[in-house]
Amino acid sequence: MFPHRDLTGIAGLQPHEITFLLDEAEHWIALNRGGASKHDGRLAGLTQINAFFENSTRTLLSFEIAGKRLGADVVNMHAATSSTKKGETLIDTAVTLNAMRADVIVIRHDASGAVQLIADKVDCPVLNAGDGQHEHPTQGLLDALTIRRRRGSIAGQVVAICGDVLHSRVARSNILALTALGADVRVVGPPTLLPPAIERMNVTRHTDFDAGLAGADVVMMLRLQRERMAGGFVPSPREYHALYGLTPERLKRAKPDALVMHPGPMNRGVEIASSVADDLNRSAITEQVEMGVAVRMACLDVLTRGRRGIEGWA
Amino acid sequence: MTILAILNGRVVDPATGSVSAGGVLIRDGRIAEVGMIDMPPGAETLDARGSLIAPGIVDIGCFAIDMPAFAAGGITRTALMPDQSPPIDDGALVQRALAAGKPALWVHPIAAATHGLNGTELAEIGLMAAAGAVAVATGRTRIADARVMHRVLGYAAALDLVTIVHAEDEAMVRGTVATDGETATRLGLPSAPAMSEAMAVARDLMLAEDTGAPIHFRQLTTAAAFDLVRAAKARGVPVTCGITPAHLYLSDAEIGPFRTFARLSPPLRCEADRQAARQAVADGTVDMLCSGHDPRGSEAKRLPFAESEPGMAGAETLLTLSLGLVRDGLITLPRLFHLLSTGPARRFNLPGGSMAPGAEADLILVDEHAPWRIRADAMAATAGNTPFDGLPVQGRVRTVIKGGRVL
Repeated sequence: MFPHRDLTGIAGLQPHEITFLLDEAEHWIALNRGGASKHDGRLAGLTQINAFFENSTRTLLSFEIAGKRLGADVVNMHAATSSTKKGETLIDTAVTLNAMRADVIVIRHDASGAVQLIADKVDCPVLNAGDGQHEHPTQGLLDALTIRRRRGSIAGQVVAICGDVLHSRVARSNILALTALGADVRVVGPPTLLPPAIERMNVTRHTDFDAGLAGADVVMMLRLQRERMAGGFVPSPREYHALYGLTPERLKRAKPDALVMHPGPMNRGVEIASSVADDLNRSAITEQVEMGVAVRMACLDVLTRGRRGIEGWA
Repeated sequence: MTILAILNGRVVDPATGSVSAGGVLIRDGRIAEVGMIDMPPGAETLDARGSLIAPGIVDIGCFAIDMPAFAAGGITRTALMPDQSPPIDDGALVQRALAAGKPALWVHPIAAATHGLNGTELAEIGLMAAAGAVAVATGRTRIADARVMHRVLGYAAALDLVTIVHAEDEAMVRGTVATDGETATRLGLPSAPAMSEAMAVARDLMLAEDTGAPIHFRQLTTAAAFDLVRAAKARGVPVTCGITPAHLYLSDAEIGPFRTFARLSPPLRCEADRQAARQAVADGTVDMLCSGHDPRGSEAKRLPFAESEPGMAGAETLLTLSLGLVRDGLITLPRLFHLLSTGPARRFNLPGGSMAPGAEADLILVDEHAPWRIRADAMAATAGNTPFDGLPVQGRVRTVIKGGRVL
């Protein structure tokens, strides 16, 4: 059902494996909504290390909550307080974590490929919580789950991924997951923020925002980093908002019931207008956060089944 | 007087384009006779049955003096890049580098074009030439300031020195680690367009043409750059270029799941550029094959891809990989040794690279069919950073003869 030890990316997963993880995540939504008791003890006794070499608030919190709801002993390692600041290499850090007998390690790092590098050096399952501009697989899964629940299916949906695709690991994992499940994916943004040869990932490329939005079922906005707004990639936040900001007017180009998504944190008034972000009928942004916990619980459960001696799981 | 007779081999002579059964007679470190030799009394003999007898490889532009790797690769002379620590930018450093490999290997230092390779002030090129530097080089990067480069070319030419250039536009490639394309995009690696190379070549060809200075592009890797060089050669510009086997055998797909051993400078290119590079070898646009030898230990390579250092340990795989070009029908065996030995020796006025009587006896005996497997963990080099790890290959150096001495 899921023959991989690690989840380092959506690349390498078969469509049925992605669907399996989404189905598993569905089970956890009810528990998470179940009032006062949200506890399932199946990871009791296992140690989950969240090794975050890059700052994060929401993803770290989401993984921590997911682990704790499953009963794992969750430990967070922040780069700011770790020995990597003292010059220790990533490999040495990985070996150290391994020696502490973690049962599952969740890693975020600012370099593409860093998570795979660590995964190759440790003996336990590794979950990628975002590596550089490469992948953020649980984000791809939670977005796919949100779309599936809100739109009924993923196949055939027209999904416009808009904004800074070049620097976005969220965009890459979403492209891989959604195209694998049959969505019709477009990337939309200024030419300076679209990756070279992106068409090779089975998407269509649009630099005209209105054309990219036309008839879309899902509009997924990406965060534009502040440091990229100051002339390096786009002239200014003001111009970016004028050309590529999602406003109620702009959203009319998409289908009347089109879903609006954003991985957060949002730059309100830059890539997305507050009136769109806060429109409960259209925006799935808080639901994405909720699905994030369920998807991460599913991933932690599935990846530790072998260690927990569940029959049929190596 | 010492006399060595190498017998029963097949002699490859790039100058005449011939491969013929026979041997080589060496007298006092120099080639005395080639072909069906007369055995003088008292000569030592070396049986070369089953082997090619070819000129030792003259490798232009390596980054490290790595004796075991050069011996394994049949390299008897190497031109050392000035990118050392400290950079080779004065006469004393040239003299030190000159002595570093003797007697097994002759190191020919290349002078830094600018002080500390800083790209702004001319280094003491004349004094370094007097100390034994054989060429001038811009180092691992090009000289960004076109005016400085213009002066370097003119100044070096007046001293009869070829200027060796790295061809990548620094602004285009700053902060990048790969070539624009599907692989870099999928991996989320910062990348630059392949034309960054041709942009640099175009500028420096214009500067060379204006000054009449001889220029050598250490490594060219793209179709557009080869087109520029081809056209410049047709106009009579004194330009040459080299390439390493990596860009003839590998495309950017090889960086695959973040393989830092495939992080090179210039980076691996798309398949169409790889094919263009092979064509450029076949049609004579490429003048020499080089190792680009740049051993890098785990502290430089066991890192996330974008944080790792570029470079490959290429010395001991240069010949075996290049023999594949002969088997593929791209070039003949004599042409291969022209590209590996005679061509570079002539371009940089180095002894060696010749099978003619009177030439220095730098020879290698090569079993061109011997099968083996390249293994990163079993390299003679100081580090095993080869992108060819695990590749089965054919062709191995059996014996190296340097100045008439069997090593």
